[in-house]
Amino acid sequence: MKLTLHALQLPLAHYTLSIDAVIQARVTAIFGPSGSGKTSLIELIAGLRRPRAGRIVFDEEILVDTELRTCVPPQRRAIGYVPQDGALFPHLSVRRNLLYGFQPDLPRPAGLSFEHVAEVLEISPLLSRNIATLSGGEKQRVALGRALLAAPRLLLLDEPLASLDAALKERLLPYLLRVRDEFAIPMIYVTHSPDEILSLCDDALILRQGQLEKRGSPSELFEISETPRYRLKD
Amino acid sequence: MSSELWQITWFTVAVAAGSTALILPGGLALAWLLARRDWPGKSIVETLVALPLVIPPVATGLLLLKLFGRRGPVGEFLENTFGWQIVFNWRGVVLATAIMSFPLLVRTARVAFESVNPRFEYVARSLGAGPSRVFATITLPLAFRGIVAGIALAFARALGEFGATIMVAGYIPGETATLSLSIYHLVQLGRDTEAFALLGLSLTIAFAAVWLGERFLRKNARA
Repeated sequence: MKLTLHALQLPLAHYTLSIDAVIQARVTAIFGPSGSGKTSLIELIAGLRRPRAGRIVFDEEILVDTELRTCVPPQRRAIGYVPQDGALFPHLSVRRNLLYGFQPDLPRPAGLSFEHVAEVLEISPLLSRNIATLSGGEKQRVALGRALLAAPRLLLLDEPLASLDAALKERLLPYLLRVRDEFAIPMIYVTHSPDEILSLCDDALILRQGQLEKRGSPSELFEISETPRYRLKD
Repeated sequence: MSSELWQITWFTVAVAAGSTALILPGGLALAWLLARRDWPGKSIVETLVALPLVIPPVATGLLLLKLFGRRGPVGEFLENTFGWQIVFNWRGVVLATAIMSFPLLVRTARVAFESVNPRFEYVARSLGAGPSRVFATITLPLAFRGIVAGIALAFARALGEFGATIMVAGYIPGETATLSLSIYHLVQLGRDTEAFALLGLSLTIAFAAVWLGERFLRKNARA
């Protein structure tokens, strides 16, 4: 996979998000403080927002080009998006949530069958449950499964663990590792936890006020220190 | 009860149901556009839609009479093109009740659409759903309770409409006489007993409509 973000510009409330980067890793982290433009950036990639200027190219396909006035709508990008709270559809059962984007007739990678995804994420026992009865961690697993079953070529995860307590985070992280290793779908992972970046990601982009501040491998960017456990290297 | 009273009751319910059904597609589309899109002239349209709520119904009726009368710009066109006469017949009653209940439907449905978290729509699109599938499977079901409340309000407003209807359709027994128009007319003539019979019918219909609406919403909330 090669995702090119070329001279992207998106005006936000206090600054303009402005990014130039090529993303190729298996899992790329987007790290930065609250309000640094992380969510806006993945909404641009998903097609939920349009940039004021710039170009987004996925492999050879132009997704957005403001000069050519091209913008592929989100439903034709095949890019999965899992927001922070999972955003499971509250009026549908777990099963119907999972099947929302599932098109059995389309060719799909062998691993992405309903049964296999349900097995990897251990959601089979939840299938007949009502969304309101799921715990936070179960909701995130279903949201992840739902995005995977639409057979995306890229998965955007917006702080999937942020709303969970420490114990649940520990329990959910292995599922993310399984998704990474089992399905081989590249991921862009928004977080403000160096912990998660170090255990999951191969590449990291650090945003500050809408600008790319640093870029590198997680071990180059973060070092272990006493408090907090990890800190950004100078 | 005389067959005349039954006819009046039936006509009133049919007009209210018909005018509510008539404004439903356009009302929902407009409510969605107001809730989810920015477009030039939006605030003007918003104000125009709200006008029947704030100006006296009789004034709205007079305006409609001028527009849809046989020499009015719209009325003349409709008569020449389709052979439809709007004023002083049942079509006038439907027109007046539709216009008067339209703002209630649009405002309630708009709030219902606005209360749907756009994140659900975003996710649905990222799962491959186009705008119409998102609307039918996400937005509409999530806004459903609010929309039903809007339909109930519009229907109730149409049941009781008086001012605009009397201007546009007049009181013609057997042709435009609704419950409200008939009650007024019977009291004017001193036929209080019959007026009270119609009052009782009005109360029964209103009670049934509100009760059924509430029951439906409660049942839906549990589901």
